[in-house]
Amino acid sequence: MKVWTKKDLVGLEVLSKKEIELILETAASFREISTRQVKKVPTLRGKTIVLFFFEPSTRTRSSFELAAKRLSADTLSISTSTSAIKKGETLKDTMKNIEAMQVDAIIIRHSASGIAQTLANCMGPSIINAGDGCHEHPTQGLLDIFTIKEKKGRIKGLNVSIIGDIAHSRVARSNIWGLKKLGATVTVCGPRTLIPKDIEKMGVNVTTSLPQALKNADVINILRIQIERQKAGLFPSLREYAIRYGVNREKLEQYAKDDVLIMHPGPMNKGIEITPDIADGKFSVILNQVTNGIAVRMAVLYLVCQSHTEVVEQEL
Amino acid sequence: MTLKEKSSLMDEQMIKRTLMRISHEILERNKGPDEIVVVGIRNRGAYLASRIVNMIKEIDGNEIPLGILDITLYRDDLTMIDTCPVVHSTKIDFDINDKIVILVDDVLFTGRTIRCALDELIDLGRPKNIQLAVLVDRGHRELPIRADYVGKNVPTTFNESVEVRLKEVDATEGVILLIKEKDPI
Repeated sequence: MKVWTKKDLVGLEVLSKKEIELILETAASFREISTRQVKKVPTLRGKTIVLFFFEPSTRTRSSFELAAKRLSADTLSISTSTSAIKKGETLKDTMKNIEAMQVDAIIIRHSASGIAQTLANCMGPSIINAGDGCHEHPTQGLLDIFTIKEKKGRIKGLNVSIIGDIAHSRVARSNIWGLKKLGATVTVCGPRTLIPKDIEKMGVNVTTSLPQALKNADVINILRIQIERQKAGLFPSLREYAIRYGVNREKLEQYAKDDVLIMHPGPMNKGIEITPDIADGKFSVILNQVTNGIAVRMAVLYLVCQSHTEVVEQEL
Repeated sequence: MTLKEKSSLMDEQMIKRTLMRISHEILERNKGPDEIVVVGIRNRGAYLASRIVNMIKEIDGNEIPLGILDITLYRDDLTMIDTCPVVHSTKIDFDINDKIVILVDDVLFTGRTIRCALDELIDLGRPKNIQLAVLVDRGHRELPIRADYVGKNVPTTFNESVEVRLKEVDATEGVILLIKEKDPI
């Protein structure tokens, strides 16, 4: 029996292999809905879903909103600049007030690592983590895994290299947890200053050499260089980063497999971590990731909003 | 409460003859296969639909489009049941606008599954008309719905249940009448 017992989706670390597989299977069924002329099913009719984004977002926010709307839920968007947080209200008070309006789920993005778990512990509605600090971004991890599975047919036994700013990346962490649970071999690559200490304990290989990371990789997931953190002096210059760690055509042709997949969670700094010809080239599945994101988020909303104890095969 | 087999309503041969008769009726009523598409409701309706498509091909030589409908997302009891059904996908990769849709299911009971299917079909397009074919009609409708093609009418009571077993999913083939029995204490 397939079981979903979680009220919330905080991260992939706390999910079992079976739960991750259930989300992926459910997402595969939801994909067809977005190809219809009437892109809507009545499943979450009457549910209210709040999108609470304390950090900027294009993809994640619109993807969650479309996912909710295509399931017929009502959505409400709140951003910091227009909320009473500006007047000094604490996050918990704000959340308790939203809860008092009888909402069913809250999707939250915030710069504090661990905030999703904290809220999940004290709130009645389902909490869905849309990125919390450097901790996790579970739906991004899930949609990356979904896209790999769609293109490669499996996860087990694949070599996945994650390249870039591993230290500050919640995307990297969610990918590592999910991919490891499904049996992939994960390699992280970047300058030493951008690789967290003890990352090996997550069960990944570590290298500072880009050619090493490109060789034998079935999938290359390129992370964004977070320019806003560049002031810390973690690497000498963007130009030097681009030369040593930027993925371009020559490096791919020299080192990578012929059927490699190129992924990027967006937003891209084209010309720094990835060249435009690669980002838009034949190996790239970057826009497939975006399309699949909606199906994956529909699956997550369906499972947590039902908040039932069992998921079973049954007929009317 | 356990279900106990009471009697056999149809065997393999009988199911085959019945589906053949329904296939002929579909062709007769619609004056040929021109505008027909067949859509089966998951799970067993989909297999019956596929058999009907093969039989129409046998009779008439024409291959008609076959689709599969998963009605889980359209259920009216999602907020009431305490289990969360697994979602499978709907696979209808043809246009149903202005087509005659033959909707196929195994057992017609309350009619609620058919209501879901009708809502979903109408979200997918505007068929010319929708006709319903079922292998067994066991009565007890809760909605104003009736079938256009019925394999067998079986009057039942509420503590009975009708189970259709097909080779594709079950090891055996047949239609069985089951009766609910209280477990011995």
